[in-house]
Amino acid sequence: MPTASNDNHGRSGRFASRPVPLRGSRETRERFIVLGLRLCASLAVVGLGLIIVFVFREGLPVLFDPATRQEASLHGFFSTPIWQPVSGVPKYGLLPLLLGTLKATLVAMTLATPLSVLAAVYTSEFAPPRAREIIKPAVELLAGVPSVVLGFFALVVLATWLHHALHVGTRLNALNAGVALGLAVIPTVFSVAEDALRAVPNSYREASLALGASRWQTAWNVTLPAAAAGVTAGILLGLARAVGETMIVLMASGNAAMVSGSVFDSVRTLSATIAAEMGEVVVGSPHYATLFFLGGMLFLITFVINTLAGLLVERMRRKLGTA
Amino acid sequence: MNNTASLLVARSPATPPLGPLSAGSPESTRRVGAGFTVLAGFAAFTIIAMLAVILGNIVIYGWRSVTWDFVSTAPREGMTKGGIFPAIFGTVSLVVLMVVALVPFGVGAAIYLHEYARQDSWLTRLVRFATTNLAGVPSIVFGLFGLGFFIQFVGRNLDRGLGLDVTWGRPSLLWAALTLALLNLPVVIVTTEEALRAVPRHMREASLALGATRWQTVRHVLLPQALPGILTGTILSVARGAGEVAPIMFTGAAYFLPYLPHSPSDQFMDLGYHVYVLATQSPDVEATRPLLYGTVVVLLLLTFLLNFAAVLLRARLRMRLAGRN
Amino acid sequence: MPGNEVIPMEAPVVIPPIPEAEERNGELGPPDEAHRGKPFPRDEVRTAGPVAKGGIRNGVRPPTEERLDDAAIEAILRVREFSLFYGQTQALKKVSLDIHPRAVTAIIGPSGCGKSTLLRSFNRMNDLIPGIRTEGEITLRDLNLRAATTDVVDLRRRIGMVFQRPNPFPKSIFDNVVFGLRMLGLRNRAELEARAEESLRRAALWEEVKDSLGRSALALSGGQQQRLCIARCLAVQPEIILMDEPTSALDPAATARIEELLIRLKANYTIVIVTHNMQQAARVSSFSAFLLNGELIEYDETIRIFTNPRVQATEDYITGRFG
Repeated sequence: MPTASNDNHGRSGRFASRPVPLRGSRETRERFIVLGLRLCASLAVVGLGLIIVFVFREGLPVLFDPATRQEASLHGFFSTPIWQPVSGVPKYGLLPLLLGTLKATLVAMTLATPLSVLAAVYTSEFAPPRAREIIKPAVELLAGVPSVVLGFFALVVLATWLHHALHVGTRLNALNAGVALGLAVIPTVFSVAEDALRAVPNSYREASLALGASRWQTAWNVTLPAAAAGVTAGILLGLARAVGETMIVLMASGNAAMVSGSVFDSVRTLSATIAAEMGEVVVGSPHYATLFFLGGMLFLITFVINTLAGLLVERMRRKLGTA
Repeated sequence: MNNTASLLVARSPATPPLGPLSAGSPESTRRVGAGFTVLAGFAAFTIIAMLAVILGNIVIYGWRSVTWDFVSTAPREGMTKGGIFPAIFGTVSLVVLMVVALVPFGVGAAIYLHEYARQDSWLTRLVRFATTNLAGVPSIVFGLFGLGFFIQFVGRNLDRGLGLDVTWGRPSLLWAALTLALLNLPVVIVTTEEALRAVPRHMREASLALGATRWQTVRHVLLPQALPGILTGTILSVARGAGEVAPIMFTGAAYFLPYLPHSPSDQFMDLGYHVYVLATQSPDVEATRPLLYGTVVVLLLLTFLLNFAAVLLRARLRMRLAGRN
Repeated sequence: MPGNEVIPMEAPVVIPPIPEAEERNGELGPPDEAHRGKPFPRDEVRTAGPVAKGGIRNGVRPPTEERLDDAAIEAILRVREFSLFYGQTQALKKVSLDIHPRAVTAIIGPSGCGKSTLLRSFNRMNDLIPGIRTEGEITLRDLNLRAATTDVVDLRRRIGMVFQRPNPFPKSIFDNVVFGLRMLGLRNRAELEARAEESLRRAALWEEVKDSLGRSALALSGGQQQRLCIARCLAVQPEIILMDEPTSALDPAATARIEELLIRLKANYTIVIVTHNMQQAARVSSFSAFLLNGELIEYDETIRIFTNPRVQATEDYITGRFG
């Protein structure tokens, strides 16, 4: 620290080594530090901005570059139901990919939503403390399982089990991928929902119980409605995670881009398509631009869902804050 | 309605009194309630059971594969034999680089947000908005970003500017680490802020009242006390970084390398990516299965130990927070 | 911090004596010599009373111009028409008073009357709370505290503060005492140790902790912690010490020790203490200011306030009719 040769307020001489730093240098230093910290904080904004700019920049030729558009264009995306980017006449029909994403996500949410919400209600409203001490770390553990491991499990073990149990379709299909995806989504939905339920003031519960309502009536009619916004936010966050999740669907879905309504058929999702094809693609080619365009779509979809969830959380916080 | 009630009605016609409450049969109410509770408990149980099945399966089939030889040697014979040392080495290098790039900025951002920024300023709001949304961006999009920005833009221009052959304009350890750092930025920011929030306000006041500057207060009072929380965030980000595959698939991870990376511009093998490779691209599924299970066990062990440490640290931090209120 | 190996005192460190006020005044104000030990004449004291806008409030004699001047020379800290607003609510209403050097001034009043807020205005601690607005004037000698250009950091070195609850840092006793010195940039170990001892002696804590300076400060009892906080404050040699209900979290025995300490310290220090404990104010202070709903109702010698208050509200409060 710089020391002053002559300090302010005529206090020199009080310290043997006269340590009071000059106000000017001290304040300059503080100002630089604040500047540095502000830069750190801005990094999050810059990062998000760069993601938007660069993902869309590489995908824009699909909309604006004539050479690219001859092969891959917005019109082409929806005029054919076939996704066949590597062939004599490449076809970039998005329908099978969108449908695939939808199917896998639907299966995942059908599994994850009731399980997570019910488990969250149980944990926050009914569970004895000891059960809670098992459930919460267990869910955190599940959240800590890398998605590639869930994908591996679905590919190697779950697919075989489901195949033996159901005897339908192909081994790797939307159901298989969806179930594994559900496992990845459960921790998200559970934690957010449980947080929301716990944020409901105890006075609500006490008021209801004092009126003679039973615990489950209280949970169902008082606590859950009060936390509805937060629980919904959890479901939305889970949905965004399911749509964007890559490794699980890449490994467990079979990756056949087909248009079919059955969950027992193999599917190819948006995210898996990017992951599977980006490795072999020529930089700058229409295929490359199309994959980035898919990434941009994925970004937009999850961005909208997450923003919605954020608004809900905010609303719930405000509501309980004023209550 | 019973008779006494109707008699009362007859006596005071102006205000017909309510009859006694005829609740639905308490028996059925109780049964629905019990059913609901059981159902909710069953849901919780199902989640735990599924986790147990997965972990059980992996441990049962995998633990035999994890030998000293397995973790200390390189793959052989087209990855159908040998170990996974290069993948372990690669993952560790990756997360170390990531932490170096991530933690100073993440902690700095959190300090700014919690200690300096006016909470209603546009920058603060923008940063918070960006942080929450960054946390929700799909990991594959981070991969695309790494490819488009770090490799195609920064790397290529760096090569051009320095007059190099393709050195930085291709997938590498550095770009993968930076991509993961951005992905984990919200984790560190949020946990550090939580840790700063846990430091009682009177600590700041005590320090400032002694004539410490704001930064001195942060540096000598707040950071030491927030350290466990910052460590928690760091560990969580490491655990997550070690398990992520999608962001590093095109930014640095290699299918197979006969050598270890010795510079940040080298590609590397990665545990998670190795799992993917072994599971989907193996020429001989049966032969690689033990290797695959072994790799999964090692990866899980790594992430779980890290997560466990983080959970313990966080529990201590929360306790301190609770003890204050 | 290895604080327990205390360097023996024969180390050739000359601690300059903690200077008396006049040394600090130097060029800034008249030497205090004239006032040392001289009891404040009653008439003069009364002039230090509230200066209401209308001149007269509840029978307080309006200070004449010349009396005000007298008081101004006398005072180390002058407050004039000071108002403070939290958003819409006005917490302090045109408070005017003078704080006299080398005396204990007590600020009393019921909770919520603004006494802590007033105290925290003296070292600009209220700056930390967003949405605060102030009007009027506070001057430390010739320094305008409210000015935007005022160096708040240096101000807080000149006006120390002891808080309601003992708030030692979770560091060793030694590190706590020398914290402020280190922040000033003092690194010389021998000097730090000498100053730590000096401060601990002044705070009447040295005998109890001299063998365990390396121990955590949190291991001390509440009363010891508070004396440590006082020592920590003394170490940076402030001109004024603000105390915000310093004994409210302590048991009677610890309180008695702190009060003893206060009476000893007032020979050398200017102390302003906020207290809700009337007996305490009577025991330790020379002057008392009675605050009610953000207004200064009466300010006078303590003995006068307690035996012969001029305002009914003061009497009601003193005799316990409210508050």
